[in-house]
Amino acid sequence: MSSSTTVAHQFDDAAQQKRASTLGMWVFLVTEVMMFGGLFTAYVVYRSLYPEAFAQASHHLNAELGAANTLVLLGSSLTMALAVRSAQLGKRAGTVIGLIATIVLGSVFLGVKAYEYSHKFHENLIPGPSFVFPGSEADHAQLFFSLYFAMTGLHALHMVIGVGILGTLTVMAARKRFSAEYHNPVEIGGLYWHFVDIVWIYLFPLLYLLGRH
Amino acid sequence: METAPKRTNYLNADYGIRSWLLTLDHKRIGILYLISITLMFLLGSLFAVLIRLELLTPAGDFVQADTYNKLFTMHGIVMIFFFLVPSIPAVLGNFLLPLMIGARDLAFPRLNLMSWYVYMVGGIFTLWAIITGGVDTGWTFYTPYSTTASHSNVLMTAVGIFITGFSSILTGLNFIVTIHTMRAPGLTWFRLPLFVWAHYATSLIMILGTPVVAITIFLVGIERAFGLGIFDPALGGDPILFQHLFWFYSHPAVYIMILPSMGVISEIITCFARKRIFGYEFIAVSSLAIAVFGFLVWGHHMFTSSQSVYAAMIFSILSFAVAIPSAVKVFNWTATLYKGSISFEAPMLFAMGFIGLFTIGGLTGLFLASLGLDVHVHDTYFVVAHFHYIMVGGALMGYLGAIHFWWPKMTGRMYSEWAAKVSAVLVFVGFNLTFFPQFVLGYLGMPRRYHAYPDEFQVLNVMSTTGASILGLGYLVPLCYLTWSLWRGPLASANPWKAAGLEWTTPSPPPTENFETTPVVEEEAYTYPLKEAEVV
Repeated sequence: MSSSTTVAHQFDDAAQQKRASTLGMWVFLVTEVMMFGGLFTAYVVYRSLYPEAFAQASHHLNAELGAANTLVLLGSSLTMALAVRSAQLGKRAGTVIGLIATIVLGSVFLGVKAYEYSHKFHENLIPGPSFVFPGSEADHAQLFFSLYFAMTGLHALHMVIGVGILGTLTVMAARKRFSAEYHNPVEIGGLYWHFVDIVWIYLFPLLYLLGRH
Repeated sequence: METAPKRTNYLNADYGIRSWLLTLDHKRIGILYLISITLMFLLGSLFAVLIRLELLTPAGDFVQADTYNKLFTMHGIVMIFFFLVPSIPAVLGNFLLPLMIGARDLAFPRLNLMSWYVYMVGGIFTLWAIITGGVDTGWTFYTPYSTTASHSNVLMTAVGIFITGFSSILTGLNFIVTIHTMRAPGLTWFRLPLFVWAHYATSLIMILGTPVVAITIFLVGIERAFGLGIFDPALGGDPILFQHLFWFYSHPAVYIMILPSMGVISEIITCFARKRIFGYEFIAVSSLAIAVFGFLVWGHHMFTSSQSVYAAMIFSILSFAVAIPSAVKVFNWTATLYKGSISFEAPMLFAMGFIGLFTIGGLTGLFLASLGLDVHVHDTYFVVAHFHYIMVGGALMGYLGAIHFWWPKMTGRMYSEWAAKVSAVLVFVGFNLTFFPQFVLGYLGMPRRYHAYPDEFQVLNVMSTTGASILGLGYLVPLCYLTWSLWRGPLASANPWKAAGLEWTTPSPPPTENFETTPVVEEEAYTYPLKEAEVV
């Protein structure tokens, strides 16, 4: 009964606890899909209302940086998967290295995102009173950028929270809190990280690539 | 086993304010919610009182139009987001779900406590917005008025509602996981009490709908804060998109409010008819059907909002379809009564009131689902009467029935049965006198949300205000005798109603761990009439 100390009082055994926490994360991810879904709906509606303005506006995004960031994030999902596998096998060093690599890649993504944001700031593409857009459909382009910042901003917020979660998991792993029998927090953290990754997989083509020839 | 006065239970296991504010016990968190939503209910009722006072006379003499706009807005916001949505799930669902499924607690006790704190933080933001001037957009926050024109505290209120939404999401998540993974041995899905089924369906709506309104309110907030044009037609934004996103949650939210009540009624009817509930499987599955259909009908709020005619026709047909699972429940409850050994204790009176009022509310919903008629009565008092029949006549009657039914279990005390019966009758009479005249007013063309009206509507409005006074009395009476019972009420036995269900097999009030040993379930729910040995 080595794992009895990690089973909360409301559960009968570790298996029940694992089922509950895994299902809990999946249910949470469903709510996340619905939340991003509202933004995606708004984007699709306006994209179909103003295809020209949205195509022009998306040209002002840096597709190369977006593509590079996509690769970085895909890489972080790989390192996350490796961390989970190491945790399943009870390999502490592998878990810690995988988690740290994921944190580093996630931070690189956020750094690039911050650079892109500051670039938009210098180009006066931040929606609001100071927004300047060449062309006849400035209002509609502003809609694009409002949605761009709302969607990528909400995504970046999830990344920041994700990095925090991974940091906590790293400390726990380094303190030998996980074993081959008990490593569910790493798996659940992985689920969350992969979800945030998948959101970007949809954001990147929708915002950066669509309408670009 | 007689309950000795010294027995340790969840109420006397620990003392002091810290033991409550840091509790992880689902029963104590239910009590925390009970206190907070009761305060919110009193606040929302205060606004209703002021509204009804203004409408006593045709002229706008008691308050001005601006103030009136704020009154009905804040009445709606407080009652919907801070009372009705959390009412039964957060108080009774929290308290009863683990007891009903034979578990020691919900799956995530910390998340449960957090949901209460999130609710409180959202409540404080909203209260702050109310104290510092209020908000006048209507509870629906329609754009572009809410984003560009209104000079009231829209942003602060939006923040409050955005935050409170997460308390609802966390509660729903916790319930779903608990029902899936924490059932006692032998408690299969089709042995679950119908209260649990209703909460499962409610939780599905909470986790699927609430995030959508959260992001919508968030967009309204940033639009207002930074002068963006996401829903502003002057800048190319689409206000109809806002309505779609808003009603995608806010129509299913009606089912968040009514489904738990339906679960309560199923429990009470079968208990006081002393007969197994008729059509258990149909009632269980109809809860899920309501949750699913509920997501496909939001367009019926937009029949006059330049929605495509074909979309409107489809939404109309689907809205009619929701009547099917709702009627399945009403017919099954009625069939349960048939040849039952019925007795009329107070919870049963509330339940019977629910069936009558919900039926009227539901049938008038069909009027509103038909395109032609809806265009005629849209935004009139007909709509106001209809949804109050569902939300007050339905959801609130169910809540009161539930409070009376499980009060002995929650507090270990019995209340005055006589006073409770008086209250049930006052609420029923007062409610009908308040809201039935409003059907007539709406049919005659009195629009909602105006502080003044033509003279010929005065008689019906005076009736309505009189009814509201009786209704208010009907709510104050339980507040008195229930509070009184906490000190002076006779001690309750474990099973005062001789009801079936695991929650009645544990002492009143239950110990912190709910059950001494995990119960094993060997038969279906509602094995009425109970054998003598089963009555503790």
